[in-house]
Amino acid sequence: MKLTDLFNAGEFLITSEVAPPKGTDTAEMIENAELLKPRVAAINITDQQSSVMRLGSLAASQMLKAREIEPVFQVTCRDRNRIALQSDLLSAWALGIENVLCLTGDHVILGDFPDAKPVFDLDSVSLLAVAKGLNEAHDMAGNDLEGKPDFCLGAVVTPGADPVEPQLIKMEKKVAAGATFFQTQAVFDAEAFTRFMEQAKPLGVPVMAGIILLKSPGMARFMNKNVAGVHVPDLLIDEMANAEDRPAKSVEIAARLIREVKGVCQGVHIMPLGWEARVPAVLDGANL
Amino acid sequence: MLVTERKPIDEIVRFIGGESSVFLLGCDGCAAASGTGGEPEIEELKDELEQRGIEVTGWKVIDFLCQKALVRTSLRPFAEALGRADSVVVATCGVGIQATATVVDKVIHPACDTISLGGIRGEWQGEERCAECGQCFLEYTGGICPLTACAKGLVNGPCGGAKDGCCEVEPDVRRCAWDVIYERLERQGRTDLLRRAPLQVKNFAKMQPPPEIRGTRKWAIDMKTTEGATT
Repeated sequence: MKLTDLFNAGEFLITSEVAPPKGTDTAEMIENAELLKPRVAAINITDQQSSVMRLGSLAASQMLKAREIEPVFQVTCRDRNRIALQSDLLSAWALGIENVLCLTGDHVILGDFPDAKPVFDLDSVSLLAVAKGLNEAHDMAGNDLEGKPDFCLGAVVTPGADPVEPQLIKMEKKVAAGATFFQTQAVFDAEAFTRFMEQAKPLGVPVMAGIILLKSPGMARFMNKNVAGVHVPDLLIDEMANAEDRPAKSVEIAARLIREVKGVCQGVHIMPLGWEARVPAVLDGANL
Repeated sequence: MLVTERKPIDEIVRFIGGESSVFLLGCDGCAAASGTGGEPEIEELKDELEQRGIEVTGWKVIDFLCQKALVRTSLRPFAEALGRADSVVVATCGVGIQATATVVDKVIHPACDTISLGGIRGEWQGEERCAECGQCFLEYTGGICPLTACAKGLVNGPCGGAKDGCCEVEPDVRRCAWDVIYERLERQGRTDLLRRAPLQVKNFAKMQPPPEIRGTRKWAIDMKTTEGATT
């Protein structure tokens, strides 16, 4: 099932994500996915997020598909050249995967193999163009394919980047290259996100606002200091700090953010970061 | 020494676009040895451009365009011609083009592709680095090379990893290359260039040293080009 079909049907989409394990024990990943399954349209499977080596997103996507959970196969350009990327995309289609999120990927230096060779043969824009080419039955070199995929291709954007224009220009390039939906970096400032959406709207592609469950004021400060494009306003940090029941406050904040942004975007992408069990409460609070 | 090839005249003319006048800069260092940026080549380029109705307000061949201080002082007597030109066409290696773009506060068009010499390097005086990719696209990036200045070598725009204008790889010391590119283009009122830039996909085969250069020492290349220039 392609996300674009759901968007076209006018649905407000909810997606979430799970991370493959470091090792072969997939029980927790599957458990998290099953927890989310009743409430979401699809679940992203991250591709060695933060450049930490893990079980692959292709295998994990297929494992979700086998459990009738719609996967969004995340593909980064950090670890594979154009040959491996094209090959993995063909493999994904053969395994029944229909939704692909194309990303550049974090630099290797952020992960547990900082001495690895960063590949970046392609980037998010060229990867989208290549995947679109596969959809059109030819590889990057123009060779014909015997049997072709028909992927729904997605991409990411950072609405909180400063300046934001380079992000918008790149977003435009991603649409031209083949992106049919966007998931965003975490949004904590609904007003700023609304301003971003006014600029992104003319591109005419569905955008899903990224929602991270704030666990503590410390986490908020850490993200403000270290995570690109994320800014948690002081008011939210204070609200979190003064809360007696932090998990309940976290759910309340996330639900409120969703209510504030849902009128200006076409869906939300929730990144629970271990708090998968609280996602249903967030969605209840957001009346979704 | 960095070996360069002249870009086809049509590509240079496309870069110049709607502008009506240009100033030409050549380099008497590696580019002269490569037969791309010495006096005879600059005069030839001048003729080619004038034939296409583009006014050349002046030209200058500087000893080493990679030396920013030298570029600055050498161009002083040409302030009038330079000021009158809409842009500057630079026939030299990627380092020289970037150094010029840093020094001259004007739009820069690259006239050369820098091809790999597999290890023998030119002068690197500042932050300008050239990956000798053979597909110079400094035209679209304000004369700053993201292939070398971006930690990921991204050629189609910034990733989402910059924080406060700094790169995720070395946040304390390294500016985001695309942030610097955007800043310069914004100052020049040309951020639309980023929109117009064609999708870049690097041909890594071009980054291998060409067979006639692989295993050849600098003096032998110098000899070869000298012979070529005199015959």
